[in-house]
Amino acid sequence: MFMRKVVSIPDRWRVFFTRTVTEISKLGVDSIPLVIVISLFIGAVITIQMKLNTTSPLMPAYSVGLATRDIVLLEFSNSILCLILAGKVGSNIASEIGTMRVTEQIDALEIMGVNSANYLVLPKVVGFILFMPVLVALCIGTSIAGGYLVALVTDIISVARYEYGIQAYFNEWYVWYGFIKSLFFAYIIATVSSYYGYYVKGGALQVGTASTNAVVSSSILILLMDVILTKILLQ
Amino acid sequence: MIEVKNVTKSFDDGRTVLHDVSAKFYSGKTNLIIGQSGSGKTVLMKCIVGLMRPEQGEILYDGRDYLSMSPDQVKNLRKEIGMLFQGSALFDSETVLGNVMFPLLMFTDMTPAERKERAEFCLERVNLKGADHKYPAEISGGMQKRVAIARAIALNPKYLFCDEPNSGLDPKTSIVIDELLSDITHEYGMTTIINTHDMNSVLGIGENIVFINKGYRDWVGDKNKIFRTSNEALNEFVFATKLFQEVKDYIISHSGEHDGQ
Repeated sequence: MFMRKVVSIPDRWRVFFTRTVTEISKLGVDSIPLVIVISLFIGAVITIQMKLNTTSPLMPAYSVGLATRDIVLLEFSNSILCLILAGKVGSNIASEIGTMRVTEQIDALEIMGVNSANYLVLPKVVGFILFMPVLVALCIGTSIAGGYLVALVTDIISVARYEYGIQAYFNEWYVWYGFIKSLFFAYIIATVSSYYGYYVKGGALQVGTASTNAVVSSSILILLMDVILTKILLQ
Repeated sequence: MIEVKNVTKSFDDGRTVLHDVSAKFYSGKTNLIIGQSGSGKTVLMKCIVGLMRPEQGEILYDGRDYLSMSPDQVKNLRKEIGMLFQGSALFDSETVLGNVMFPLLMFTDMTPAERKERAEFCLERVNLKGADHKYPAEISGGMQKRVAIARAIALNPKYLFCDEPNSGLDPKTSIVIDELLSDITHEYGMTTIINTHDMNSVLGIGENIVFINKGYRDWVGDKNKIFRTSNEALNEFVFATKLFQEVKDYIISHSGEHDGQ
């Protein structure tokens, strides 16, 4: 019912495009600093962990780079990143729409004859899905760079072996697999959070509760969808 | 004119909030719905504007039954409606000018310059100058109400609804808002319905007053008749304070009339 209201033809296409660009900026571009910081550190930590936990002389040295790359491509740059973004973006969406609900701004839109669900939610869903591949690509690049920095400034692995490792046995499908998963996760975050915000009843306390519920529900659905998509896309 | 016929509304818990309420709200007049908190007046207004759907009854906008309209007809009707919410309900992310231009952006083919001109005219009409580029959080409650009125009249609506327009305002600002609503109503010939329990509004601008008591329409009249009513519940509600009781006694003793309705 809610999604039927959301996915309908916008009243004004020009307004829809303007709002979509605004949402790309607010939900996507504003998340870039967080993505960069987290990816850089997690990339570095994965590299260190791989080196410390693969001490077998049978394992080639370049396997650290290879494992770092595959962990980043297969899980970190999509599933884990989206779990983090569910916290930032999901709570942002739920609290924004929830506040509009309790302060009667949504009622004001409805009274004017505006489809409030379509006007408020569709630009967020479209904008976030459109920008998600950029965040994933940024996450992949920064995580690999994090590992590279470890190789550069420490002596736990040489730069040459790390570089060789991240290029060895490269499977291009893993990149597409990550991008495809992230689009589904972006859809889950935007719609679930909007739903919780849109149907808030009460005041500030209920907006906070809705925000928390949105993050929890989005996270669980992301993990569930992760299992399903992994089964479908990698087998 | 808006006519409400035999409207009954219950909540999910089975509690009936409105019992067979009928009332008429006239064009070019300030129509007031009054009643104690919890009496059902806000529910009645929400039913009239379509934010709630009654179980039975008719709501006629100049003869057009709102409850039997198709979604497209409802959408078109809503372009004829302006509403002032209790908390103003201005869009936080828009400036004052942006808020007033919003309905023009959504429902007209005006150019940006024309929209700006119309919005500035509306803001001038509500005596609000120099706040165009401020955000709602940066202006006072009284100014927010004026912006909300300007937004409500931007599309020249035929019907204007105001849910407790004086709540949270000081008495002086309340009178300014009341006079503004009354002036706009007469100037544009709108059907204005104001939901209030502010006695200054009742006695100041009440041209057609509907008293809701425990979900029933208990009394209908105007601000002059209210002084001479024998309705016990209405007397208790309107003349609850000593000051209003003294005003009533003074008016009755000087007019020489008793018990009008």
